[in-house]
Amino acid sequence: MSRSPMLASLTRHKLTVLLLVLQVGLTCAIVCNVAAMIGHRTTQMRLPSGVAENELVLLESISVAAGEDPLVRHDADLAALRAMPGVRSVAAVDALPFNGTNWSNGIATTPNGSTPLAATAFNGTPGELATLGLRLVAGRDFLADEYLPVDSAHDWAGINRVPSTIVTHALAEQLFPGQDPLGKLIYPGNGPIRIVGVVEHLLRPGLDETAGNEYATLFPMLPDSANVTYVLRTAPQDRERVLKRAADVLTALSSQRVLRHAQTFAELRDDYFRRDRTMIVLLLAAATGLLLVTAAGIAGLASFWVQQRGRSIGIRRAVGATRQDILRYFQIENFLIVSAGIALGVVLAYAMNLLLMERYALQRLPWFYLPLGAVSLWLLGQLAVLGPALRAAAVPPVAATRG
Amino acid sequence: MLDYYVSLALRSFTRSRALSTLMVLVIGLGIGASMTMITVFHVMSGDPLPGRSAQLYVPVIDPRPLARDRSEAPLQDGNFSWPDAMNLLHAARADRQAAMSGGAVPVQPTQAHVLPFYEAGHYVTTDFFAMFGVPFRAGRGWTAQDDDDRARVVVLSSALSRKLFGDASGVGQTVRLKNTDFRVIGVVDDWHPQPLFYAQIDKRVFGRSDEFFLPLQTALELQLDFTGRFSCWGNDDDAGDGRTSDHCSWLQFWVQLDSATKAHAYRDFLASYWREQQAHGRLPRPEHARLYGLLDWLTYQHAIPDDLRLQLSLSLGFLAVCVLNVVGLLLATFLRRGGEISVRRALGARRRDIFLQLGIESSVIGLAGGVLGLAVAGLGLWSVRLRPDGYAQLARMDATMLIGTFVLAVVASVLAGLLPAWRACHIAPALQLKTQ
Repeated sequence: MSRSPMLASLTRHKLTVLLLVLQVGLTCAIVCNVAAMIGHRTTQMRLPSGVAENELVLLESISVAAGEDPLVRHDADLAALRAMPGVRSVAAVDALPFNGTNWSNGIATTPNGSTPLAATAFNGTPGELATLGLRLVAGRDFLADEYLPVDSAHDWAGINRVPSTIVTHALAEQLFPGQDPLGKLIYPGNGPIRIVGVVEHLLRPGLDETAGNEYATLFPMLPDSANVTYVLRTAPQDRERVLKRAADVLTALSSQRVLRHAQTFAELRDDYFRRDRTMIVLLLAAATGLLLVTAAGIAGLASFWVQQRGRSIGIRRAVGATRQDILRYFQIENFLIVSAGIALGVVLAYAMNLLLMERYALQRLPWFYLPLGAVSLWLLGQLAVLGPALRAAAVPPVAATRG
Repeated sequence: MLDYYVSLALRSFTRSRALSTLMVLVIGLGIGASMTMITVFHVMSGDPLPGRSAQLYVPVIDPRPLARDRSEAPLQDGNFSWPDAMNLLHAARADRQAAMSGGAVPVQPTQAHVLPFYEAGHYVTTDFFAMFGVPFRAGRGWTAQDDDDRARVVVLSSALSRKLFGDASGVGQTVRLKNTDFRVIGVVDDWHPQPLFYAQIDKRVFGRSDEFFLPLQTALELQLDFTGRFSCWGNDDDAGDGRTSDHCSWLQFWVQLDSATKAHAYRDFLASYWREQQAHGRLPRPEHARLYGLLDWLTYQHAIPDDLRLQLSLSLGFLAVCVLNVVGLLLATFLRRGGEISVRRALGARRRDIFLQLGIESSVIGLAGGVLGLAVAGLGLWSVRLRPDGYAQLARMDATMLIGTFVLAVVASVLAGLLPAWRACHIAPALQLKTQ
């Protein structure tokens, strides 16, 4: 079939076609960006935290007893928690992935050197690695004689004296690309700290848009402020029971304290990503709404054209065009319009992405969202035009003779 | 004439019911979505302290060492170190000034059977109450002398006072915070500025309120728990405790300046302070002292979360697509009625008449879309209120937004109708009749 009559007919409806192209273009641009945002957030939500997420419960204890040594308090609490039935191991920590309490240090690799990046310090009692379920991929766990207090009363001065650290694989790769990190020295405080181990994954307490979500250092430092988080590892089905019991055990030991944020790790993660989930639902709704509105527009205009062209369709049928030909005519016409819209949409999508990157620190639009958007709009266009096109194909040749 | 056009519009509405319904639906959805977000924005960018905000300023100096690494935050949080905050406080060059920090303390009720609980509040200096016009239900704030004496006094929110002392006035009572007894000297009336502008701006700055206020120096002496960002730099061994050292920033500082002249003078004072400190080997960065007005400060600090801005842009984009859609559909319906229009033209109707008639038709669609949009916005705002964020409860329609919805709907649909109406009123009478 020759294309020229089709183009001729399209140029007769210049304004309408232009509007449709604009609409498809705008929809394509927005949908591509929205899809990229959904993709990015979903990726963030799926980041492995590195800990045994479905086996952990935690609660924060803030002691208010006067004149008490926090280290002694923690030891007593830990012993009582460890003795609970169903508890595999316990640790007192000061930070966890998603808990928002972030102590970051600039990390230098030479004494008083520049600090190209900042990493979160995770401190905890012996057994922290095993309790959290961190996977050690190189080196060893801390030795008992390496532990010392954080010294939170004096500006967390423990960081200047601690001998060893375990870092994440991501941090090791960034600091010592392509080298064996074991035995290397880093300077988060004044003194040199030797890397003795590498864990596969450990997310920082708060995520951001940069690549440094796994820049984390573990130190053999004992939390020594009145405010501490106890982590208990247990079987997944025992979590609720253990959590309830743990609060009772701690209160029985000393009621001079505030217990808060008693929750499973799964709940902690859920809370952390609540805003993102809302946002994803909204983005999905927006994309669906846009596609529906555009489909409705395409279908509306197509059916208008079918009505308008009733007589010429009849003539074409009378001079030998088959139903197939008429059907295909409308489908190809739609394909052309949507393609023009997509071409415009690709340009708009990138322009929009640049604007978003500048104003909201969003990621660059990954290229594969463009073909994805294009294909979905082509499909949508064909679906929307199918009804009117079938109606057009059903126009009998006799329509040519009607006024 | 107008009512005739309106009845014509309604008739054409019933004639092409499917297409008209589609248009109303599309306009309604677009208006509803964008009005939801515009309303959320409207309530969130309101003035947290009407009548006073114009006199309140945040001075910003940058105490950090010269930039040498890439891990530096792009946005300055405006936090002060202890020495700088104390210097500005004692210089007293503004009409009023106060240094403050967020804090949280365990409250130990005197009743033995009640377990201790945690409350968030602020550690502030004396001018805080007068500067922000904090209303008192009973009692008062403390004096500069109390600040210097590190007095064990506290001002409670009415909610906390009720929780601790019931309906009796809390003033004069004693409350145990962490492990020190404090004398209650004042109870604040319901005072919940939204956002909590004087706090360090973060994701939770909406929907938060303070349950107590106590002297900053007292909190420091008793080593109560501070909340908020606390950033340090440098590796000095002689640094001592971080809170009072000059290499850690964590305090918020606000000043009240009653006139533009005073604001200008204060900015100059800040600049000279910065240079004077440089002479003492401090504040190594080149001087660029700034002074933000309250509302500018909230904008600069992105008090309204970026996610919400994104949602607003998205909803406006959605509205744009909806309007484009309606332009196309209106064009189609108007042109389909070419015959009718050309008859009217042939009977003597001027272009202007046709334009007016079609314009009214699009406004009728717009109004119907507005009604639907209002319902959609109501639904949208309800869903916003279900969000766990602090701003959620603010998301309510007010009179301005109600009228705004209709104005936006009608403006959008009239704009959408302009081009089709203009195109339709150029239908030549004779030619169109001949083809019929």
